[in-house]
Amino acid sequence: MFNFSIVTEWIHNLLASFMPGWLTTTAECVLIGVGLLLAYSLLALFYIYYERKLCAFIQCRLGPNRVGPMGLCQVFADMFKMLIKELIELKHTDRFLFALAPYLVIIASVLSFACLPWGRGLQIINFNIGIFFLIAVSSIGVLGILLAGWSSNNKYTLIGAMRSGAQMVSYELSVGLSIMTMVCLAGTMSIPGIVEAQADGWFIFTGHIPAIIAFIIYLIAGTAETNRGPFDLPEAESELTAGYHTEYSGIHFGFFYLAEYLNLFIVSGVAALMFFGGWMPLHIPGWEGFNDIMNYIPSPIWFIGKAIAISAIIIWFKWTFPRLRIDQLLKLEWKYLLPINLFNLVLMVLVVVYNLHF
Amino acid sequence: MTLLDIFGIQDNGLLALTAALTGAALVFLALWVAGLISPRSFNPQKGEAYECGIPTRGNSQTRFSVGYYLFAILFLMFDVETVFLFPWAVRVRELGTDGLLSIGVFFAILVLGLVYAWRKGALEWK
Repeated sequence: MFNFSIVTEWIHNLLASFMPGWLTTTAECVLIGVGLLLAYSLLALFYIYYERKLCAFIQCRLGPNRVGPMGLCQVFADMFKMLIKELIELKHTDRFLFALAPYLVIIASVLSFACLPWGRGLQIINFNIGIFFLIAVSSIGVLGILLAGWSSNNKYTLIGAMRSGAQMVSYELSVGLSIMTMVCLAGTMSIPGIVEAQADGWFIFTGHIPAIIAFIIYLIAGTAETNRGPFDLPEAESELTAGYHTEYSGIHFGFFYLAEYLNLFIVSGVAALMFFGGWMPLHIPGWEGFNDIMNYIPSPIWFIGKAIAISAIIIWFKWTFPRLRIDQLLKLEWKYLLPINLFNLVLMVLVVVYNLHF
Repeated sequence: MTLLDIFGIQDNGLLALTAALTGAALVFLALWVAGLISPRSFNPQKGEAYECGIPTRGNSQTRFSVGYYLFAILFLMFDVETVFLFPWAVRVRELGTDGLLSIGVFFAILVLGLVYAWRKGALEWK
C-alpha cells in the first residue's frame, strides 16, 4: 500500500528548508488542525445527508431533493440556517457550565476522530496504546452531556442527561470488553499495529466465532453509545422534548447535532478498524493477483467505505426498531451483553492461546 | 515500514493537544460567527425554561434521586477491572496456559461479583 508518510515527509522537508525547527512544528500543527477541521465538518455534513437519504429510502420517500442536484446542498443550507438562528440567553442557567458543555462534547469527538487510521502514515494521534486512548477520550463526551443537562436548569434536560449518563456508562463496558476481545487476537493496542496484523485477513474472518460475537455486541453497544436508534431515550421526543439539549438554540444545539453524527462515524470507524482491517484492503492468502488489484484502491477509500457500510447498518437499526424502555435497556446490557461478553472473552483467549484461529 | 508518524512528529501529547485545540477552535469560531450574524431580541418570556409552556415550578438544580446510581457503582467496578485486563490481553499469546490460569482466578472473582449483584437484585429496575 502507498505510504502517506512520503508525502508528509516531503512537506516537512519543504517547511524545514526555510524555517527554524520550532516554527516548522507549529506550522505542521496548524496544518494538521486545518485538515482535521475540514475532514470533521465535511464528514458531519455528509453524514447528515446520508442518514436523511437512507431513512427516506427505508420509508419509501425521496428525502432531500430540492436544493442543489439530488438535494446535495440541503445540508449546507441547514447548517447555515442553524448559524443565523438566535442564541437565546436563559435566565436561570449555570452560565459557565452551560457554555462549557458543547466544548467538552466536541473536543471528545475530535480527539477520538484524530485517532482513526486513514492510511499508512496518515494518522494523527499514534500512541502505542492507541485503542485504549480512543476509548478513554471518547468517554469525556458523557461529561459534556451531563453538564448540559444539569446546567440548563430544566427538568426534562436533567432527566435526559441522567438517562444518557446511565446508558453511556453501561454500554461503554460492552464496547471496552469487545474491543479487548479483539486486542487479545491482535496482541497489540497500537492502531497501526492492529491494522498491520490484519494484512493476511481481517479479524472477522481470522477470529471466526468469537470475533463475530464480539462484532455483534460491539455494534449494539456502539449504537447505544451514540444515543441513537432504538436507544435514543435521552432525547425521546415524545417524553422529554429534546432531552439534554432542549435549552440549547442555534449553533449551540448544532454542536450536539454535529457530535452525534461524528460519533456515529467514529463508532463505525472503530468497528472497521477492529473487525474489518481499517484501511487494509481485502487480502486472500494465496491469491497474489487478486491482492495486487485490491492494493491499487487507495487506503482512505477502503477505510471510509467500510465505515460508511457499517454506519448503514446502524442507521438501519434506528429506522427499524421501536425505542426501548429504560429497564429493558439496562437489562439488555447487564443481564445479556455483559455475561455473553465475558464468556466470549474467555472463548477468544482459549482460541488465541491454543492457536485455533486461522 | 518506517516513519508512520505524521510529519515525523514523535510527540503524541503535542498531537493530542493540537486535536483538542482544534475542537475548541471549532466551537469558539462557530459561536463567534453566529454571534456576529444572528439576530438579538429581548422578550421576558424567552429566558424561561422550556417546560410545556406553563410557568415553571421550583428549581431543577435541587436534590434529585438518581435511580441509576447502583449501575454507576457497578460500572466503576467493571471498568477498573477492564483497565487491569487490558495489559494482560496484549500479552495473552506469550503468557500461554500459565497466564490463563492466573487470570482465571481474577476473572472468577469478578464474575462472582456480578453474580452477587445479580442475586441481590441490584440489576433490577425499581
